[in-house]
Amino acid sequence: MINGRVFKYGDNVDTDVIIPARYLNITDRAELTSHCMEDIDSEFIMKVKSGDLIAAGKNFGCGSSREHAPMVIKLSGIKCIIAETFARIFYRNAINIGLPILECPEAAKDIEDGDRIEVDLNSGLITNITKGHIYRAESFPEFMQNIIKAEGLINYIKVKAGSL
Amino acid sequence: MGMTMTQKVLAAHAGLDKVHSGQMIMAKLDLVLGNDITAPIAIEEFEKAGMVTVFDKSKIALVPDHFAPNKDIKSAENCKLLREFSREMDIENYFEIGQMGIEHALIPEKGLAVPGDVIIGADSHTCTYGALGAFSTGVGSTDMAVAMATGEAWFKVPEAVKIVLRGKMGKWVSGKDVILHIIGMIGVDGALYQSMEYCGEGVANLSMDDRFTIANMAIEAGAKNGIFEADDRTLKYVSEHSKRVPVVFKADKDAKYSRVIEIDLAAVKPTVAFPHLPENTRSIDEIGDIRIDQVVIGSCTNGRLEDLRMAAKVLKGNKVDQDVRAIIFPATQRIYLQAMREGLLEIFIEAGAAVSTPTCGPCLGGHMGILAKGEKAVSTTNRNFVGRMGHTESEIYLASPAVAAASAITGKISSPEEVIK
Repeated sequence: MINGRVFKYGDNVDTDVIIPARYLNITDRAELTSHCMEDIDSEFIMKVKSGDLIAAGKNFGCGSSREHAPMVIKLSGIKCIIAETFARIFYRNAINIGLPILECPEAAKDIEDGDRIEVDLNSGLITNITKGHIYRAESFPEFMQNIIKAEGLINYIKVKAGSL
Repeated sequence: MGMTMTQKVLAAHAGLDKVHSGQMIMAKLDLVLGNDITAPIAIEEFEKAGMVTVFDKSKIALVPDHFAPNKDIKSAENCKLLREFSREMDIENYFEIGQMGIEHALIPEKGLAVPGDVIIGADSHTCTYGALGAFSTGVGSTDMAVAMATGEAWFKVPEAVKIVLRGKMGKWVSGKDVILHIIGMIGVDGALYQSMEYCGEGVANLSMDDRFTIANMAIEAGAKNGIFEADDRTLKYVSEHSKRVPVVFKADKDAKYSRVIEIDLAAVKPTVAFPHLPENTRSIDEIGDIRIDQVVIGSCTNGRLEDLRMAAKVLKGNKVDQDVRAIIFPATQRIYLQAMREGLLEIFIEAGAAVSTPTCGPCLGGHMGILAKGEKAVSTTNRNFVGRMGHTESEIYLASPAVAAASAITGKISSPEEVIK
């Protein structure tokens, strides 16, 4: 069960503001993470705590295919992103690295910055503890659920290879 | 129910007679691509997972183009990693400085993408090869790592937006104006998770370079891929660049589309996307007076030969405004050489523009033309997000090579007709 505070953003949050390209020559993951969300919210990295969530509007993660974007969000301590919709490469990348993301327009519109949210990934139920509202996200196809359970595509492939 | 072009290509690569939108499939890949930003993570994941060999050393391409020629020590280390991995795995399509170009101009030029292919690349503009009638799409580094080992990738079969092109583009109008016009119509998530399939008699009037530009920016409408049905012009291009055998897929007559859009090419005007989204488009007669500090002509979107010819046509005999820095990036070595032979580079330099070796450089705020606080640029690149080309308080106006060249001369966003009477 995921339980934490929400950082709320608007529509079309692109991967250039999640992790600006000027930092993409950095390979040290901790150093890279220190720039997470820098160009949209310079205080994010100071405020974020392990267990927190991000909520946003439409087309979250649009733009570049850089996997650095979901990677730094995951490493910053964020446990789940809830949005109206995700850009497709970001969606893929998040699944592939085992960062849970949920599409739920109702929740994405209603949740406000600072709300305390609980997420049950198995049922897709999102509870807004601050507001006392409950929302239901669409569940993942089984194939994606298995990748998330394995905490990413690399582990999923390893597990599959091992079971053969 | 029939299948779209994309669905047919995917079905063939999944070993299935039929697929439908929403279906999860595993597809065999004809090419797996990466660059100096995305491949280092892919290589790390590849090794971490204990993978030891690549599925096919002729079907992987590695191109150091983003921060190359190496802009600093960290970038040099990343490029070195690509080079060493390529040597270790005996990868045939590693392109060193001197041979390289911007990946999405280089791959078709080297004949590595042909009609009917399924291609993934750890770069969002991998969708460019849809111009050739291939299914090609951007992925991340983990997908690339797994694909390098297995030669396969998972896909959710997309539905499609059908874009019917009619007529012929007017003077000074090019593929860039057409795609900006479409993105302005449908928005940056207008084709989210979907294919953009181009058809109609107007397609025959588009050059290959125009088609590459249009397919290239499918991602800016949120699309999974953009695709043109291969025609005689495509097949001629392929025969001149590749020894591989093209497979032409056509959409079924009863294919289902989520939306059909008709575009009269003759009605498309030179178009500019205002900060900070590619959907904020205005036609050239609605611009107003916007002074600029920099012009960039190049990138995977607009660094091809026709783009340079168009820019040269406008710049010939003119001078770049004294308050503007104009930087021109031929996208590959071959384009650079041809531009030199045609006298285009001389026109640029005489006009007072700088000409650079191929690199993605300024497009993503990497190097070779970063913007300071408050500066404005007209750029033929593909994104005008906050901070994309430098300071978060700088501004990017996306335009065609013709508009960019005209703007370099006048020092404000301008139509080519203002400088060429």
